[in-house]
Amino acid sequence: MNINLTLVMQAVAFAAFIWFTARFVWPHLMRAIDERQKTIADGLAAGEQGRQNLATAEKRAGESLAEAKAKASEIVALGEKFKSETIEQAKRDAKAEADRIVAAAKAEIAQEAARAREALRNQVAELAVAGAAKILKREVDAKAHADLLREIQQQL
Amino acid sequence: MAAGTELTPTSYIQHHLTFLAKPWGQGDFWTVHVDTVVTTLIVGVLCFGFLWLVTRKASSGVPSKTQAFVELAIEFVDSQVKGIYHGPSLLVAPIALTTFVLVLMLNAMDFLPIDVMAWVYEHVFRLHNWRSVPTADVNTTFALALAVFGMMIFYSIKVTGLGGWVHELFCAPFGGNPLLWPFNLLFNLVEYLSKPLSHSLRLYGNMYAGEIIFMLLGLWAATGVVGALFGGVLHLGWAIFHILIVALQAYIFMMLTIVYIAMAHEHH
Repeated sequence: MNINLTLVMQAVAFAAFIWFTARFVWPHLMRAIDERQKTIADGLAAGEQGRQNLATAEKRAGESLAEAKAKASEIVALGEKFKSETIEQAKRDAKAEADRIVAAAKAEIAQEAARAREALRNQVAELAVAGAAKILKREVDAKAHADLLREIQQQL
Repeated sequence: MAAGTELTPTSYIQHHLTFLAKPWGQGDFWTVHVDTVVTTLIVGVLCFGFLWLVTRKASSGVPSKTQAFVELAIEFVDSQVKGIYHGPSLLVAPIALTTFVLVLMLNAMDFLPIDVMAWVYEHVFRLHNWRSVPTADVNTTFALALAVFGMMIFYSIKVTGLGGWVHELFCAPFGGNPLLWPFNLLFNLVEYLSKPLSHSLRLYGNMYAGEIIFMLLGLWAATGVVGALFGGVLHLGWAIFHILIVALQAYIFMMLTIVYIAMAHEHH
């Protein structure tokens, strides 16, 4: 353990190394580290922001979807209602039309029957007159017996 | 080994413990341990040159593996400094980094096998006496500790002013009563002196003892086959354990440096 000039030289060397480190090494590397830390922090913040945006967008999309669904079911319900109403209306119309046709047919049939009956009545009257003429072997004056013939017609 | 001298255990150990001393003037003090100084300079220039090269190529983007390694060391030191020192000086962290790297690498010279290196120094560089480990030279550890001591005094005076510092020498920790001045001064002197002493001798003692144990195991290995076997195994074990000591002592030296400078910023 002999202390000598080596001590001084080592101290000088140590001081020189400290100066070198403090001057050339430390500040540059710390700056690089700080900058990278900032970049990473920014990136993380951006990521967080993006995640938040995504959550907001998802929420909004969900809301829109629910709204659209509600609207769609509303429309569907409206359609259903319209459909049943239309069907009911159609049914009612058809029934009325059918009733009308049936009534018209019935009226026509009645008319036809009346006409046929009238024709038949005329023919029977003619036949009766003709029969009577044959029986009487002479011409019956239609005009003279018009009242009688009408009466017969009425009774048929 | 020196040609022509008989190899005895004493001469073996003495050979390994002799510095390459060159006189620089008259008297015992004016001597320089060339091995210590040159090894320190080579190791320091290599280390700090390496750091500087990494710094020059440093990017704030994705770092290379080398840069990441250096940044790891820097952040390690920086976090230690931030945990202990809360003052305004930006110089403390670089001081701590320099101390850590320098002491670690000078300690790591102990990993070089002493007898192989002795042969290399003898036959390649024609140097008979050359000690590889600068931190096993008390001059180195005292130089580092005294430099730290100087910074401690500097920061003490800077923070409290010269008057305040002198005031604290006499009036702390027991009180400002003039009767207590001698005791305060004595207490402070002991405190001040113990710091560089323990700081330097702890490192010196650990590294010196490490070297001595390597030498003793080397001596045992020279006694025969059994000795070579056990000496070799123990040598390996000690070398592995020494990795811990080398890193631990560098860490302790750095931590004490930070603590002493941080303490200088606290005043009573």
